[in-house]
Amino acid sequence: MQKADYDLVIIGGGPAGLTAGLYAARARLNVILLEKSVPGGQIIVTDWIENYPGFPEGISGIDLTNRMNEQAKRFGLKIETEEVLSLDCSGSIKKIKLEDGTISALAVIIATGASPRRLGVPGEDEFFGKGVSFCATCDGPFFSGSVVAAVGGGDTAVQESIFLTKFVKKVFLIHRRDELRAAKILQERAFANDKIEILWDSVLTGINGSKTGVADITVKNVKTEENRKFAVEGCFIWVGIKPESGFLDDDIKLDEHGFILVNERMETSMPGVFAAGDGRSTPLRQVVTATGDAAIAAVAAEHYIENL
Amino acid sequence: MAEGVLEISDDNFESEVLKADGPVLVDFWAPWCGPCKAIGPIIEELSASLSDKIKFTKCNVDDNPATPGKYGIRSIPTLIFFKDGAVADQIVGLVAKSKLEEIINNL
Repeated sequence: MQKADYDLVIIGGGPAGLTAGLYAARARLNVILLEKSVPGGQIIVTDWIENYPGFPEGISGIDLTNRMNEQAKRFGLKIETEEVLSLDCSGSIKKIKLEDGTISALAVIIATGASPRRLGVPGEDEFFGKGVSFCATCDGPFFSGSVVAAVGGGDTAVQESIFLTKFVKKVFLIHRRDELRAAKILQERAFANDKIEILWDSVLTGINGSKTGVADITVKNVKTEENRKFAVEGCFIWVGIKPESGFLDDDIKLDEHGFILVNERMETSMPGVFAAGDGRSTPLRQVVTATGDAAIAAVAAEHYIENL
Repeated sequence: MAEGVLEISDDNFESEVLKADGPVLVDFWAPWCGPCKAIGPIIEELSASLSDKIKFTKCNVDDNPATPGKYGIRSIPTLIFFKDGAVADQIVGLVAKSKLEEIINNL
C-alpha cells in the first residue's frame, strides 16, 4: 500500500463530519477532521431540535453540537481548523490542498454540507447584519417589540418564525405559494399563533432602509401582481440551502443543483471519495439523516482502505 | 498589552476602546447566541498569540445595549476592529480563525 499522511480525511465538522469522525476513530483509522470555521455546521444556528431521537424534551443546536464534538473527541478524533481549497482525487492517494500546504489521504469523506441560500433581492447584502438575517436564535432578541418579515414556507421558515414571536410584536411570513411545505405540527403552531400573519402567494422584491438599518420591504402578490410596502425593522430569509461543493472539480459528479451524487454506500463517482450529510443529493436533510449517512460513509471508507 | 479578553461595558467603552492606544477588537455577543459560544473560544485562542498586535475585548449586548445600538448591530456575533476610535473592519457571523489572523495582521 502507498503511504499517505492519513488513512482518512473528513472535510466539514457538522453532524455528518463529527459522526464520520466518531466511527472512524473507533475503527482506529488514522483520521483527521478539517473544519473551516467552528464545528457544528448549520445546527449551531438552530434554536431547538425536536426531531433528533433520544432527546424527548428537544435540545438546542449548540448543545447537540457540543455533545457530538465531545463524543468524537473521547475516541481520539483530531479536529483542525483548516479550509480545504481543492481536492485532487485522480490517483489512489488523494491530495487535499489547504491554505498552507497539501496533505494526503487514502480516502476522503466530504461532509461540507450546505449554507443558507440568498434571494438576490436589492438590499439583501447591503443590510445583512443591520436587519437582514438568516438566524433567529442569533438575532431575534434585537427585534424585541418590533415588526419583522420572514421569507419561506419550509420547516426552518415556520419554526424560526414561531421562535421570533417570543420577542417581536408581529411576523409577516411571506410565502410564494398558497400552502406551506413545513411539517404539519409546525403549520398548526403557526396558524394558532396570533403574532404570525402569512402573506400567501407573495414574494419579497426589495429591502429598503437607511444607515441605521432596515425600514421597510416591498412585497409582490404573484397572483394579483399588486405591490405593497410593509414597515419592518427586520427581514429573516429562510428560502432553502445551497451546497458547499464549489471547491470540488469535475471528477466528482454533482446533481443539477450542485449536490454530490452518491450510491447507497455513500460512494461518489471517484473511488475512495465518499460524501455524507446535507451536501449530498438526498430527498431529506435533517440531523438524523446526516448522521446516518456519515456512519455508512465511515464504514464504507474503512472497508475501502482495508482492501487497498 | 495583556493576554486574555477584557469584558467591556457601555460605561468604559470610550476609555477602553475608542481612546485606547493601538487597535482593539470588540466581540459583541450574548449568552443566548449559539454561534457566539462557538466563536468565543477562537477569540480566546487568538488573544493568547496576538495580544501584542491588538487588544481583545468582548461586550455582552444584553447588559450593554447602548454600544451595539450606536453601531447599528442587529446580528451577533459581530466583530468590530477599531483603530484610533474608528471602525476599521467589521465581520458578522461565524468566521475562520485564519481570516481573523489575516485582518489583525493587516490592521
